[in-house]
Amino acid sequence: MAAVPNLDAHTGFPGLYIHVPFCISKCPYCGFYSITDLSLIRKYLSALRLEMGLVKNQTQAFDTVYIGGGTPSVLSPRQIEEVLYSIRDSFRIAGHAEATIEMNPADTTSNLLRAVWRGGINRLSIGVQSFNDAVLSFLGRRHRSAEAIAAIEAGRKAGFDNLSIDLIYGIPGQDTRSWLETLKQAVALKPDHLSCYELTVENPTPFGRDVRTGHIVLPDETVKTTLFFRTAEFLEKHGYRQYEVSNFARPGRESRHNQKYWEHVPYLGLGPSAHSFSGYERRWNVRSVHSYIEQLECGILPLEGREMLDLEEIRTETLFLGLRTTNGIPLGDFRSRFGSDLLKEKRGIIDFLAANGFLTIQDGALRPTRKGLAVADSLALAL
Amino acid sequence: MTNIRNFSIIAHIDHGKSTLADRFIQYCGIVEERNFQDQILDNMDIERERGITIKSQAVSLPYRAKDGVAYTLNLIDTPGHVDFSYEVSRSLASCEGVLLLIDAAQGVQAQTLANLYLAMEQNLEIIPVINKIDLPAADVNRVRAQVEAELGLDPAGCLICSAKMGIGIQEILEAIVERIPPPKGDPGSPLAALIFDAKYDPFRGTVIHCRVFDGVVRAGDTIRFVHNNATYRVEEVGRFLLHRERTESLSAGEVGYIIAGVKTVSDVRTGDTITLENRPCEKPLHGFKEVKPVVFASIYPIAADDYENLSDCLARYKLNDASFIYEKDSSAALGQGFRCGFLGLLHLDVVQERLEREFGLSIIISVPSVRYRFTLKDGRIIYVDNPAHYPDPLSVIKSEEPYIRASMMLPERYLGAVMKLCMEKRGVNSTLNYPSPGRAEIVYEMPLAEVIFDYYDRFKSITQGYGSFDYDVLDYRESNLVLLDILVNGEKVDALSQIVHRERARARAMQACERLKEEIPRQMFKIAIQGAIGGEIISRTTISPFRKDVTAKCYGGDITRKRKLLEKQKKGKKRMKMIGNVIIPQSAFLAVLKSDAE
Repeated sequence: MAAVPNLDAHTGFPGLYIHVPFCISKCPYCGFYSITDLSLIRKYLSALRLEMGLVKNQTQAFDTVYIGGGTPSVLSPRQIEEVLYSIRDSFRIAGHAEATIEMNPADTTSNLLRAVWRGGINRLSIGVQSFNDAVLSFLGRRHRSAEAIAAIEAGRKAGFDNLSIDLIYGIPGQDTRSWLETLKQAVALKPDHLSCYELTVENPTPFGRDVRTGHIVLPDETVKTTLFFRTAEFLEKHGYRQYEVSNFARPGRESRHNQKYWEHVPYLGLGPSAHSFSGYERRWNVRSVHSYIEQLECGILPLEGREMLDLEEIRTETLFLGLRTTNGIPLGDFRSRFGSDLLKEKRGIIDFLAANGFLTIQDGALRPTRKGLAVADSLALAL
Repeated sequence: MTNIRNFSIIAHIDHGKSTLADRFIQYCGIVEERNFQDQILDNMDIERERGITIKSQAVSLPYRAKDGVAYTLNLIDTPGHVDFSYEVSRSLASCEGVLLLIDAAQGVQAQTLANLYLAMEQNLEIIPVINKIDLPAADVNRVRAQVEAELGLDPAGCLICSAKMGIGIQEILEAIVERIPPPKGDPGSPLAALIFDAKYDPFRGTVIHCRVFDGVVRAGDTIRFVHNNATYRVEEVGRFLLHRERTESLSAGEVGYIIAGVKTVSDVRTGDTITLENRPCEKPLHGFKEVKPVVFASIYPIAADDYENLSDCLARYKLNDASFIYEKDSSAALGQGFRCGFLGLLHLDVVQERLEREFGLSIIISVPSVRYRFTLKDGRIIYVDNPAHYPDPLSVIKSEEPYIRASMMLPERYLGAVMKLCMEKRGVNSTLNYPSPGRAEIVYEMPLAEVIFDYYDRFKSITQGYGSFDYDVLDYRESNLVLLDILVNGEKVDALSQIVHRERARARAMQACERLKEEIPRQMFKIAIQGAIGGEIISRTTISPFRKDVTAKCYGGDITRKRKLLEKQKKGKKRMKMIGNVIIPQSAFLAVLKSDAE
């Protein structure tokens, strides 16, 4: 018998995402959509306001806002404030909302910080990437380590008590020692949250080409594996809990917005290439800033695609998303959504994976261990 | 009858048999130029691609000779591979003469000889024809010398041609008329017709291909198959042009077909004699033999829910291949399947390929086995062709395996390497001849099991393609046999079990482990691959796990893509087998059979 999905039971407040598709310069490893023609910013901002007007929703309150990119901090303080005010014009934002903006350390002027603070932003995500200048220049970043430190200090001074930094590991030539050095500097600055990403080289990027031609040799699997585990061990020792494959937080400082992606909580994405999810439908905007502007100027929603998820697809997503997080897959919740007992259904393989230290069953949830997190994609395939 | 010639073309593989047949068809004008397609007689794609004729075919060629008389030349095409030598012999028995086709560059090869012997056994007129004289490497004089020295035929009677370029075709047709005797036989005697093939037609049932030696057969007659004693009413008789052409009757000397409501080709035995129920012939035509499969393997669907489908496909395939046998089988590792018998490895290949190609099935074939003979303590003798039925070793007092006589022809310079290979393959009692300077013919008695495992490929590679090979089955000989099991993470992969000679067990086990190691993708946990005899582990390899495969980022824009990738991987996984939580691709099963030499 097909069970009726009970998504409503699962959905709390939705999240709001705004994509700012501009960068001063493209980083050679990055596959996210952004352009460097800043002259389009004004038109983009008008289009974004038009989009907000079209999807305006005052009934449901959002309790997270996330302004990401690209590099949102390429916007001027006034432009950012404008965006933030437009958001409040079009949507109800819950009083306790978590509101994040991504920032490049090179842009964190006190003016900008004051502007975002005034606009209601209460969480900063600073794209530090590394505290090693050689690594920063390899990554094509336009800031140096000193600026990163200054940015964090400036953020604190501006009143932000919820501050996250992004770091990248798995750089060619990087060993455990040099990476731990960066981690040490990071924890010394006492961020509330860290995202530590293994360098992922996407095919169509300059690094992608360099890897194909052999100009860049990425560390081998053993090194990357070691870095992954050492990162988690080191940060845990310093009070940061790994709550997702690449994300670490002090207790209570997990990114509420990002957790929505992993827990199937609905979100609304605005801006070029942004994705939205309603609980059973996912839709996404056109990537091109030009088309985005053009379509909105004609009063059309700039949708590029949409998909209605069937129960099986939602189940698949629940599995692979849940297995990326240490909270794992709450089994009772799974049963009420999909009408099946995961433990019973997959008894053999779950027992095997548990016996081999990949999974545990704890507090009514099927949870990956750290060893399991490292192979979360394979775990999802096995289940 | 004096205007009929029944002949066949025999040749080593790739010496141009099908191309010559095409030229005849073209020359005699029974197909319009625009409808002409190369290798008309090779109907199956697989035959065209491999250049091997698998099923016999026949065609009647109308030919007006130089003497002004119109002749009917019945060309009976023969299968061109050692696996099908009985079928070849029945086709030859339907003829009065053969064209022995020899490649002008390659010269006499093992199958040239084997086929010549078959033709000589039937007392046929033999016309040697040197083909491919247009090749730059052609050496007609050398081949002529071989015809005399190695075949013992008169080189003066040797014709030359290039079937590809259409050179020398008329001369061959004239020689067929002049040199091959017309059929003998008495239309007034009781019917005696030889079945040399049978094909399945979905609308008419089985179409029996036969040569009438004595008597006449007409629609409405009641015929009897002498060996299986079944009777049928004849619905239609006729001749083969490119398609069937209905005639009033088939009478002594003629080659044609009979349709008589026979349901499947398995109801017809190649080599059997057809006679009339009310006026039978005194004794059957000689040479009938029950063909028995010599190579056995199990076939499993990759996806378990394809079992019914596989079952249907085998039944349909069987309609047209009487020498293929199968029965239900099941494997703990691979689920429900079928145990199948084949005439040889090529036959196995052909069946596998046709199932995959024509029926769109994805299948796994287990390690091929021969049929072993065990004498048990209680005096019973059992035959075992499936490792799953291996008897309790304590109950066995004698184990035996089939031996073959393998003849090989090769340039002398490869002799050392080939002898080494044959010894490794437990070859014994060799004899060596030098049919002409620089060329060696070597004969070994060898276990058939060694030949089906990785022999052809290595022989071909050692002789760089210049060696040729032929075999016939000899007898059973005592042998020290054991059952070798392969375990993946402690679980027996029963489809990979093999019955092997004890001395070869360790090497075979190691080879299987290594092959599996290459083919099984690394997984998140360690995989142990072991070879075992009984409880004793005799070889072991491990595949180290990967410890990290998770993608670094997965946010709103990544989820759909990631799900689609996962769905695709899941689909791929369904095409693989899970044994003890280890994903084993189909290629791993096939790889266990592959040779080292590649």
